[in-house]
Amino acid sequence: MSQTIQPAAIRKSLTVKASPEKAFAVFTDGFDRWWPRSHTIDKSPLKRAVIEPRQGGRWYGLNEDGVESPWGEVLAWEPPVRLLLAWRINGKFTYDPAVLTEVEVRFTPEGDGLTRVDFEHRHLERLGEGGEKARAAMGGPGGWGGILERFKTAVEA
Amino acid sequence: MTNALAFAALADPTRREVFERLARGPRAVGDLAQGLPVSRPAVSQHLKVLKAAGLVTDRAEGARRVYQIDPQGLGQIRAWLDRFWDQALDAFKAEVERDEGEPTS
Repeated sequence: MSQTIQPAAIRKSLTVKASPEKAFAVFTDGFDRWWPRSHTIDKSPLKRAVIEPRQGGRWYGLNEDGVESPWGEVLAWEPPVRLLLAWRINGKFTYDPAVLTEVEVRFTPEGDGLTRVDFEHRHLERLGEGGEKARAAMGGPGGWGGILERFKTAVEA
Repeated sequence: MTNALAFAALADPTRREVFERLARGPRAVGDLAQGLPVSRPAVSQHLKVLKAAGLVTDRAEGARRVYQIDPQGLGQIRAWLDRFWDQALDAFKAEVERDEGEPTS
């Protein structure tokens, strides 16, 4: 039980047919245009997804019911090269300002109008902090039941 | 693929029930089987699948084998996030290139 699990960072690399400027702009200003509507931590459907275009800005979901659901903030805003976001959604899939994981996106020109996008979501071990609380809540709607619902949604999608 | 395994493992309703029972606390096979419409060997089989998918762990407790959900659930959360970001980045790529107008083969 005292064993610490250190999950590897999630890393993705993709190449898009666009300039770094364009890729950065679509990722941030155009966030709402591509962010999957299924990617929300709330029951109310997601109406709009927002990344505020500055260091210290927030990124959040605006739900149909009018409630704003914070996900974290912009740690580094370096167009068109790099974006660093704080992801403060914990292992129970709720916003927790005490949790800090980082989502970094780098945009590198590759010539021929192509841009390589390097993505990393790191410090995932911090999602387990407050594990006692998480265990206590396992039976609740925010606990394993909630996770299972999401698995189910994914399976049946 | 861990994701595929985890999803497949939870797709079976009885297995989901076994997993949900474990979510309430560590249990031995015999306890888990009680009240389920399947035999004890069948429950063992479900547990084997859940274990292979990285969703539960087990330990020996005397003569019994006790099963529990991964205490931190990080493996599952990571698998979930991995899939989450795959979907998001696919959508991002499609949007950037749709915007660019000229599709490439």
